[in-house]
Amino acid sequence: MAIAIPDTNVDFLRIAKPLGILSVVLVVASIFLLGTRGLNFGLDFTGGTVVEVGAPQDISLSEVRGVLAEGGYGDAVVQHFGSSRDVMVRIPPQETDEPDQAGLEVFALVSDAVPDLELRRVEFVGPQVGDELRDQSGLAMLMALGLMLLYVWFRFTNKFGVATVAALLHDVIVVLGLFSLFQWSFDLTVLAAVLALIGYSLNDSIVVADHIRDDFRHSRMTDPVAIINQALNRTLSRTVVTSFTTLLVLVALYVFGGETMRGFSMALMAGVVIGTYSSIYVASNVLMLMNVSKEDFMVPQQEELDEMP
Amino acid sequence: MTRYPRWKFFLLVAVLAICGLYALPNLYPDAPAIQITSSQAGGEVNERQMDRLFRALDEAGIEYSAPERVGDSWLLPLTDSEAQQRARELAQRTLGRDVVVAQNLAPTTPQWLRRIGASPMNLGLDLRGGVHFLLQVDMETAIEQRLESWANELRLLMRDENIRYREVTYDERTLTARFDNSGDLDAANTRIRNEFREFSVSRDSDNHTLVLTLTSDAITEIQDYAVDQNRTALNNRVNELGVAEPVVQRQGADRIVVQLPGVQDASQARRILGRTATLEFRLVADDVDPRRAQSGIAPPGTEIFPFKGDERNPVILRRQNIVTGDQVTNARMGYDENGMPEVNITLNSAGARNMQRVTMRNINKPMAVLFIETRTDIETVINEEGEREQVATSSREAYVINVANIRDTLGSRFRITGLDSPAEAAELALLLRAGGLAAPIYIAEERTVGPSLGADNIEAGLNSMMLGMALVLLFMVLRYKVFGLVANVALVGNLVILVGVMSLIPGATLTLPGIAGIVLTVGMAVDANVLIFERIRQEMKWNNQPPLQAIEAGYGRAFQTILDANITTLIVAVILFAAGTGSVQGFAVTLFIGIVSSMFTAIVGTRAIIDLIYGGRARAPTALSI
Repeated sequence: MAIAIPDTNVDFLRIAKPLGILSVVLVVASIFLLGTRGLNFGLDFTGGTVVEVGAPQDISLSEVRGVLAEGGYGDAVVQHFGSSRDVMVRIPPQETDEPDQAGLEVFALVSDAVPDLELRRVEFVGPQVGDELRDQSGLAMLMALGLMLLYVWFRFTNKFGVATVAALLHDVIVVLGLFSLFQWSFDLTVLAAVLALIGYSLNDSIVVADHIRDDFRHSRMTDPVAIINQALNRTLSRTVVTSFTTLLVLVALYVFGGETMRGFSMALMAGVVIGTYSSIYVASNVLMLMNVSKEDFMVPQQEELDEMP
Repeated sequence: MTRYPRWKFFLLVAVLAICGLYALPNLYPDAPAIQITSSQAGGEVNERQMDRLFRALDEAGIEYSAPERVGDSWLLPLTDSEAQQRARELAQRTLGRDVVVAQNLAPTTPQWLRRIGASPMNLGLDLRGGVHFLLQVDMETAIEQRLESWANELRLLMRDENIRYREVTYDERTLTARFDNSGDLDAANTRIRNEFREFSVSRDSDNHTLVLTLTSDAITEIQDYAVDQNRTALNNRVNELGVAEPVVQRQGADRIVVQLPGVQDASQARRILGRTATLEFRLVADDVDPRRAQSGIAPPGTEIFPFKGDERNPVILRRQNIVTGDQVTNARMGYDENGMPEVNITLNSAGARNMQRVTMRNINKPMAVLFIETRTDIETVINEEGEREQVATSSREAYVINVANIRDTLGSRFRITGLDSPAEAAELALLLRAGGLAAPIYIAEERTVGPSLGADNIEAGLNSMMLGMALVLLFMVLRYKVFGLVANVALVGNLVILVGVMSLIPGATLTLPGIAGIVLTVGMAVDANVLIFERIRQEMKWNNQPPLQAIEAGYGRAFQTILDANITTLIVAVILFAAGTGSVQGFAVTLFIGIVSSMFTAIVGTRAIIDLIYGGRARAPTALSI
């Protein structure tokens, strides 16, 4: 048995226009969602206390909510975490002298109601730390995007720079939009995933862009549409294979990685799918919009760099 | 044809051998152990005590392996965590207060590997369990305390220079000195400008006032000093807790991270870390009528403090202190002739000199030991902009714990008596030994991870890694046949290098997101080979190149693309490391190492193997299994 991906000769750009419109709609919708619903920030960013407990038997959520409400924690979020034997309690920042004590109080309350309760994790984050982290994270994301832009600009011509970075922004915004739409918890590991996605998405776009540039230089064809189409076809099997292997491990991580890795793997899975699509359609669409032509690649000094083994 | 340079083969073999060697210790899981340390600073646990412990363990039927000396303490490996729990309690009961017994992990790495410095990867708290604190240093108080001492210096300076002043006050960032006439103002102005370089001085002639404002450089300096001094003090306290491999690190301008692996009881750690206590030795103002103390108004140059446990009889002390807690180099708890608890104190040379000078001149006069504790209370309030904010208010509590007549000139060693209980003496000794905190601290973040969750996380990480790896290996063989096998060898080699490098770098810590980074690397690492292999296919198919030339061209042409594609991910890893904290940095580290090593194995490694398979033949191959 062998897996063979047939050599394709698809006219990708035939449906470029409608897909371009789709991408614009997706991005606008995502920005709208982020503006209105925002992200469901996790403990890392909001501050507060999380207590994770486990017991050998099923834990009833309503019972836990009951004892917590009696104990003065009526605003606690109580939910199962991974299995029905694990429960996570989240409370907003408390206005008491020692906020980190709240976690222990919560555990004490719940363990009165549930026999053999085991404390698995307590996390307390002060509100200031959370706010700072949010600012810092936004900065890191902007910095990553800025550096990517610089790098692509330096390595490719400006049109490719715009095209790949457009694809990059598209991916990041749409993934963030997904997190906003489904209100998935956005914590530090998810942020790491989004940043990793920036690298992955650009990686994908660059491979395609590299090939397009190569074909512009070495091919006898002059029609940009034909050249881009050929480059897309020739990189297609690589794009599919790499996205597929990456998805394989992400699925493994999603299934076996435990609850804490769910958000991480989800963000990357969405990112890989969207990134693969965008490296085919968004980048090429932007190139077409900018009327890319053979003349854009007649940069002599780039030549010798490329011949390096 | 073997055109592939020989040095690259050697490089490949050398890298794999070294990384493989240093990756080996990870195959030997750490065993649960107890660590026994003397509770006295610099003290040692002797053989006799250990023999007593072994007999007790034998009697209780707890199995243990050969103990090992680590620095001043003993590490005793046990069979499982239940035995560890029982042994810990037993050891504490058998050896009593002289030792601190902590739960730890003992390495089981063979000696020959340890001799070359090989050790397993450091595991983050999310994988091994423990407590993480992020402590915020209260800078306002740090600055206030410094200003107070500057105000004292200023008063002293003017007294020495015979400049008459009306008063010296301080508030947030300034010192203000008022004078009666412009003559004194001028004299003070010149002196102050020379001596107080930390301030910018402005003069207000109409009100005969000098205003000294702290420069921003001086503020930074105070902050740096406060944070560094606190870090050192916390480090000492953490060591006293008897925790194995604790981390105490400065983070940013005003925060300190403390990580205590394996610790379950966060409240005890919190109590020890958060206390700010210091001692001052001061002379009692015996020339003042003690009855004045009742009025609550202290005569100039003195202060009134309550006596511990006896609120009705306050003591009047001179403002100047003879020795402060930070001059104490050692403090040990002991018992005096009557069996009462005491603390034996050793001073550094500056402290000893002062002590000697003052006690020599004041024999038969009373000296008091003043205990000062600063507590910081945190309140979460909503500020004007509607944001939640934590406000620290610190309160100072000071009381006299002991007054004694000076019978003789004291030097660098003396003792404090008058303590209520051995426990109190032990805690005072600990706080003195650990050093005072330069500024109050409060907990900005606290995370406790239970040990079972840590074990679950490791298992989850390993499972997902193995499944992901198996799927990728299978897919690559199906897709690229022999070349796929070669890529798989490279992938395994890549993992060996990754683990080896992670074990080699002392600061690298494996966290759960770090494992995710490794898993992700496994998925993305094949990309370089996929790029190369697809190129080779294309060269044969579209350009009709013969196999060997196709291989050559495939590697050559894909190189630039691989570089371009991976450098961007490397940039992301660097940003993640710079901006992230703790566990996210773990992700950044594995991502970075993984990308570099996958480029190496995919470009240098697979090329070498393919050359061995196809390059050595007498006749050039006509087809490739790709």
